[in-house]
Amino acid sequence: MVAVRRVRRTVLYLVLTLFAGLYLLPVYVVAVTSLKTGAAIDLAHMWALPRTFSVGSLGAAWTQLGPNFINSLYLTIPATVISSLIGAMNGYALSKWRFRGSNTIFFLILLGMFIPYQAVLIPVLRVLEAIRLDGTIPGLILVNVVYGIPITTLIFRNFYVGIPREMIEAGQMDGAGYWGIFRRIVLPLSASGFVVAGIWQFTQIWNNFLFAVAVTTPPHQPVTVAVVNIAGSQTIQWNVQMASALMASIPTLVVYILLGKYFVRGLLAGSVKG
Amino acid sequence: MKRRISWDHWSAVLVLVPSLAALGVFVYGFIVWTGYLSLTDWNSYIPNFHWAGLRNYVAVFETFRFQSDIRNLIVFTALFILGCLVLGLFLAVLIDQKIRAESLFRSIFIFPMAISFVATGVIWSWLLNPQTGVNLILRALGDTHPPQWFLSTAIVPSIPLGLIQVGIPLALVAVTLAAIWQMSGFAMAIYLAGLRAIPDEMKEAARIDGAGAWRLFWSVIFPQLKSSTVTAVIILSAASLKVFGLIYAMTGPGQDFTTDMPTLNMFQTTFQGSQFADGAAIATILFLIMAAFSIPYLITVLRREEEA
Amino acid sequence: MSIKKRAGMALASVLALGTIAACGTQPSTTSSSPANGSKQLQIFSWWTGVASSKALAALNTQFVKEYPQFKVINEAVAGGAGSNAKAVLASRMEAGNPPSTFQVHAGHGQLYSWVQAGDMSSLNALYRQQGWYHDYPQSLLNLLTFHGKIYAVPVDMQRGNVLWYNPTLFHRYHLTPPRTFTQFFQDAQVLKSHGITPLALANHGNWEATLLWSDVLLGTVGPTQYDALLAGHASWTSPGVVQATQTFTRMLKYANTDYTALHWQQADQLVAQGKAGMNVMGDWAQGYFTTDLHLTPGTGFGWAPTPGTQGTFAVVSDVFGLPSHVKNKTATLDYLKVLGSAKGQAIFNPLKGTFSPRLDANPKAYDAYSRSAMQSYKRDKLVLVIGQGAVNPGFTNAVNNAMEILVSNHNVSQFVHSLASAAQANPLP
Repeated sequence: MVAVRRVRRTVLYLVLTLFAGLYLLPVYVVAVTSLKTGAAIDLAHMWALPRTFSVGSLGAAWTQLGPNFINSLYLTIPATVISSLIGAMNGYALSKWRFRGSNTIFFLILLGMFIPYQAVLIPVLRVLEAIRLDGTIPGLILVNVVYGIPITTLIFRNFYVGIPREMIEAGQMDGAGYWGIFRRIVLPLSASGFVVAGIWQFTQIWNNFLFAVAVTTPPHQPVTVAVVNIAGSQTIQWNVQMASALMASIPTLVVYILLGKYFVRGLLAGSVKG
Repeated sequence: MKRRISWDHWSAVLVLVPSLAALGVFVYGFIVWTGYLSLTDWNSYIPNFHWAGLRNYVAVFETFRFQSDIRNLIVFTALFILGCLVLGLFLAVLIDQKIRAESLFRSIFIFPMAISFVATGVIWSWLLNPQTGVNLILRALGDTHPPQWFLSTAIVPSIPLGLIQVGIPLALVAVTLAAIWQMSGFAMAIYLAGLRAIPDEMKEAARIDGAGAWRLFWSVIFPQLKSSTVTAVIILSAASLKVFGLIYAMTGPGQDFTTDMPTLNMFQTTFQGSQFADGAAIATILFLIMAAFSIPYLITVLRREEEA
Repeated sequence: MSIKKRAGMALASVLALGTIAACGTQPSTTSSSPANGSKQLQIFSWWTGVASSKALAALNTQFVKEYPQFKVINEAVAGGAGSNAKAVLASRMEAGNPPSTFQVHAGHGQLYSWVQAGDMSSLNALYRQQGWYHDYPQSLLNLLTFHGKIYAVPVDMQRGNVLWYNPTLFHRYHLTPPRTFTQFFQDAQVLKSHGITPLALANHGNWEATLLWSDVLLGTVGPTQYDALLAGHASWTSPGVVQATQTFTRMLKYANTDYTALHWQQADQLVAQGKAGMNVMGDWAQGYFTTDLHLTPGTGFGWAPTPGTQGTFAVVSDVFGLPSHVKNKTATLDYLKVLGSAKGQAIFNPLKGTFSPRLDANPKAYDAYSRSAMQSYKRDKLVLVIGQGAVNPGFTNAVNNAMEILVSNHNVSQFVHSLASAAQANPLP
């Protein structure tokens, strides 16, 4: 039995490693390309390691991306937090306090997820101008929060559906009201929900280019705009483009690692027991 | 007691009001605006709100490009969602086996999501360029006729319908590979969150070694992941309908529009061709298609939930 | 219980971070409030590449030196041939919030469309005041003049009908750059027999094949008939267009097959490496040859007008105008004065790898290629390029769409008929 188990574990790790390799293959090309000099980039030798390592493109990318990084943080952190919280509150209302028409409302919120951003570019700019938020990061936060509501609401509603009704009822027995139950019972169980919603929102907002480029003007532009600009329009510098793309994805990776910690096993089970 | 509960229900309604107001403007208001635009003659830089009826819709539907878009959208969405769900569930189950270095593997599988669509598109256009990339490896392994990937104009099976051939454009499969690589990690995260919400005792029961583990998984664990699957399907289908940056950077519309999408068509029609009304018509059709597919699906899901 | 507590604390810290970040944005937004907006000048372009952004920065520095009361904000947006920039510009124009001035190509394309929409102000007074009517060739100013009024100031000049070739290969196989299509196919046959791709082609951006086709059309029907087509005075199903399109599809048979996957630089790289013999591209390619690949004009790469287009210069010129709804007209006009001046252009063009369209531009400031292009520019007949600002955006988009099908099915008659119906839907000019 122990031997069987050991074989299984080995196969498990082999399969995981194989997939990890496959997933990292394109990342390898990004990294290798970003270390090459412009003239050395050639499709026929894309797999080859650079003959002379050039960190020039990394340096060039950093000097140009730096200020935009800060803008992206100012944009992404509040927008992610606000839209996740709104999603949690909506999801709580829609899953634990069903009322007549609550499914219709959920449905109306959900449909908002399907709107193609290219189609609403002009009206978005008009509305932002009308409320005098055009060209600013708060304006961009507003847009990202609004278009993030459907997805975060969906994530939290479907997550909260799994919380047993008895727990809510137990809270009511203890005399807790709407917000008391949310704060003391539901929110502490929401870690995995916040992980999923946070990963999605942070990535989407951090990487969103269309709204970023249309809504903000320099010097308020986030890093995606800089990443695209840095590569050039007419002559594209692949090495700088890859270096900046890689660099711009690091904060997102950090978020995955930080949030990933809260994928803790048995969170729900433990609390039901306790 | 009774009065307090009803006050709690009112709280739930009040919480939802701001979201509904914001979406009322930014989604429903704009849909009405776009719908109105699509019925006008505004097809140059000169705003022209002269009533055009359904003329723009007829014009759009009569193009080879738009007919191809519809085919491509359906094929892409189906392959993409299926690929992400299968791969995501598979990886989530592997990761949920109390493995070592869990956070490392998890991060590797989600990492593609962090890379911007533009860079992903460029990289995959190199990887799947038939002259280089993956084919260099395949040739080294002895494959003398490696696939043409996204340069293929073949459509299988190719059944003539309207102006186009209906089937799976092989070029689109290559694009789907890139999209699955990028998004399957998110499906994994959703399934992992779902798996972590399942009590350990239940999983232990299903994990008992020997025959039946496979069946137990499908009969005991998988039903518990229903709301995860619903979440993943809805989010991925929204992402698929809106796919733009990846294709724009990877292949563009493609030869014979084999990798074109309605969003790409809409963007170029509106902003490169300055045909605002035609672009609005494409956007409206896109939204209607989405509604036609998702409304019946959502209604069944919600109804089944209510019965449960 | 401790897990719950930790999760709660993590949430609280994320919240705190968010609040700090949200507060942090406050000062930065108030500092740039529209209060000092009148002193700001937003210059909108798609110049973000190394050379072009350097050139723009130098021009802006010169402007601030001459007009220190203004602050320039560089609002460049990247994207192949300005695709993103056009979307952002169109959104802002439609929302009634134009930049102080913006980049556009000379001709009856986007520029003329904005003029027709009443979004541009005429610049005749500025031209008179600056004496520019004598500083630029009349044939160029004609491309900026609609109904007797001039609407933009050109800052640079690029050529769209250039055939680039590999001199080493041409020398080895005793070839001369083709002057006619017959010669082109003879050369192509020789190259092919030696296992070299005769024509390098890229079409990732879906405009490169259109550029090639436009040059083939020009070389087939000649500049007069070509102009008549663009002006809507000749039929797109006429024999000349059909013949040109047939020549074009025949050329495709001598091209690499992966053109959908390639960006134009990668096609030129094939020529530079000797894997392909020729490529047709605008002369922005020369900046790529010299700056990125470190090649010497003449020995590292050779050039000639595309077949049949000797004596004709296909203009791709970046021009700037005065939007009607701009807040501070004086600021824009002052900027245009610097942009159109001999000094401004002498600073801008050598850095960008283009040359100044002014008649008094100094050839000594430019390299061998640009000097030869400058000579042709002053001597040749000027025409526009389809897909680079020659015709209205609706027609251009239709040509690009028809092209995606043509390169795949080589169906000439289907192609010319879609052109004809596109011309009907989007009247030329």
